[in-house]
Amino acid sequence: MTDKQSKAKGYWKENLKYLFILLAIWFMVSYCAGILFKDALDAIQVGGFKLGFWFAQQGSIYVFVILIFVYVKLMNKLDKKYGYDE
Amino acid sequence: MSVQIWTYILVGITFSIYIGIAIWSRAGSTKEFYVAGGGVSPLANGMATAADWMSAASFISMAGIIAFAGYDGSVYLMGWTGGYVLLALLLAPYLRKFGKFTVPDFIGDRYYSKTARLVAVLCALLVSFTYVAGQMQGVGLVFSRFLEVDMNTGVIIGMVIVLFYAVLGGMKGITYTQVAQYCVLIFAFMVPAIFISFQMTGNPIPQLGMGSTLNDGSGVFLLDKLDGLSTELGFEEYTSGSKSMIDVFAITLALMVGTAGLPHVIVRFFTVKRVKDARKSAGWALLLIAILYTTAPAVSVFARTNMIDTVNNQPYANMPEWFSKWEITGLISFDDKNGDGLIQYVADADTNELQVNRDIMVLANPEIANLPNWVIALVAAGGLAAALSTAAGLLLVISSSVSHDLIKKVFKPDISEKGELWAARGAATVAVIIAGYFGINPPGFVAAVVALAFGLAAASFFPAIVLGIFYKKMNKEGAIAGMVVGISLMLFYMLKFKFGIFDGGKLAVAGLKEDWWFGISPEGFGSVAMVVNFIVSITIMKFTPAPPEEVQKIVEDIRIPSGAGATSDH
Repeated sequence: MTDKQSKAKGYWKENLKYLFILLAIWFMVSYCAGILFKDALDAIQVGGFKLGFWFAQQGSIYVFVILIFVYVKLMNKLDKKYGYDE
Repeated sequence: MSVQIWTYILVGITFSIYIGIAIWSRAGSTKEFYVAGGGVSPLANGMATAADWMSAASFISMAGIIAFAGYDGSVYLMGWTGGYVLLALLLAPYLRKFGKFTVPDFIGDRYYSKTARLVAVLCALLVSFTYVAGQMQGVGLVFSRFLEVDMNTGVIIGMVIVLFYAVLGGMKGITYTQVAQYCVLIFAFMVPAIFISFQMTGNPIPQLGMGSTLNDGSGVFLLDKLDGLSTELGFEEYTSGSKSMIDVFAITLALMVGTAGLPHVIVRFFTVKRVKDARKSAGWALLLIAILYTTAPAVSVFARTNMIDTVNNQPYANMPEWFSKWEITGLISFDDKNGDGLIQYVADADTNELQVNRDIMVLANPEIANLPNWVIALVAAGGLAAALSTAAGLLLVISSSVSHDLIKKVFKPDISEKGELWAARGAATVAVIIAGYFGINPPGFVAAVVALAFGLAAASFFPAIVLGIFYKKMNKEGAIAGMVVGISLMLFYMLKFKFGIFDGGKLAVAGLKEDWWFGISPEGFGSVAMVVNFIVSITIMKFTPAPPEEVQKIVEDIRIPSGAGATSDH
């Protein structure tokens, strides 16, 4: 395997690790908090919101936005580390 | 000044802006026509994507649907935003690096097959046409209610405007008009929401107002009041909903995956310069979309509470002016069943006396809340911006599928650059006329087919693209089989459970609910069909030859972000 190939492989591996972590959070805030465990979380009241309902109609969306910007930051750093930035 | 004069002024100003931009940004080459020259800034592309994505359905219908569905409406909120996470992480950067013009381009090249390209073209056309008909209807609705012109005239005015800037400017014209349209639609959505939030809760931020106490000194939380009102009238508690958990899960997944697979959204990411710009503009797009999508559920709560308070057990004779105006359009109807002159609005169909069309909640909301006339007119301009921007984006997908994927890549590869550009303009013109026809003569199944569009995109494009990027060994046999099986299964399920064609037509549909597979509705079935697509693709791949060496090289290449500028100059 050439240098170039092993560099590409390392880059891809780290990328997949980020994807796995970010998508796990994506799944937790929407499918877990907003749907599967919604009834349990609804027992907790934050201001006028039941927590499960809040995640389904507000919270999950805020987290989605943050997730993409975190991904942008992580990947820009990764691009620099491997010399792929331009 | 009256609402109507305000509406003429605001619609007139915004339309002149769109036309001005179209003239300024004419497309001179196919690259400008298909991908705006490939040099759009991430923020501008984010704004354009947001306007492209937020259609008449998001602007006009969604808050109304949630107002009546309560918690169940969350499927749209999570589904239509969560898809952007998938898009940003799994698709956009790699498709940008691949650097072609259309989604069928990717499918055709990655799976080294004309058949795959044709399957993709068919899916893209089907999805886009069903969608665009709905937009034209939205345009007609706004025109007929606020400018009091005939609905058909409204559709035709909309067609002429879209035709003008889509045909002249292509993607370049569309991109910069969409930037302007985003500004108009978000302003139009937020102003009334802020007014009403302040009026009802004393908090001007709708996202917080939704969770605040009422402004009437009672100290009761708004959501608690609405839960109480709902159960009192026999509805489900607003924050609980009535759909089964598995169905909510399936619909949310189908909408998310469908969003990430919609061609008119994906192509927007071909217009930026570098891979990192594609990632960033996905972030901007979702942030700008989230402003509307987190406000919409608040609007739903305000509108629903306001409506119940205004009408329930009130004398019909005392109804405000907006009530009778909407009655004329047939979107509100009152039938005094017990003859007491009061409006009874309850869940029980036998005693309920009021029918309210869900689509009018956003449009009527400013009137229900007694807001100034210019705010009401602003909402009309915003609804038009939302419908026109999405229609234009869809028309571009249709015209490029025809001129680029069919004419240039399949039937007449030797066509000149100039010829292709004219073919694209011609295809856009034909597409506008067909879309307008469906807007004026809507087939009864438009709403149902729009839901099908998401299921189709989820069942076909999404697995094929994701596997194409993340699974180097995926071959054409696997991908084609997966797409065909996925779409067919989705179509079968929709025909059976949405249209009842195997069991004696539409009337049988309600009775078939017991037979839903795993208790999943047709709207959510796209997620099952998607999983089946993945399984079929991978199984078939195991028994068929691996893709050629050069295709595997392409896959390795799109995983590396640098050099995207070079690949697009082909």
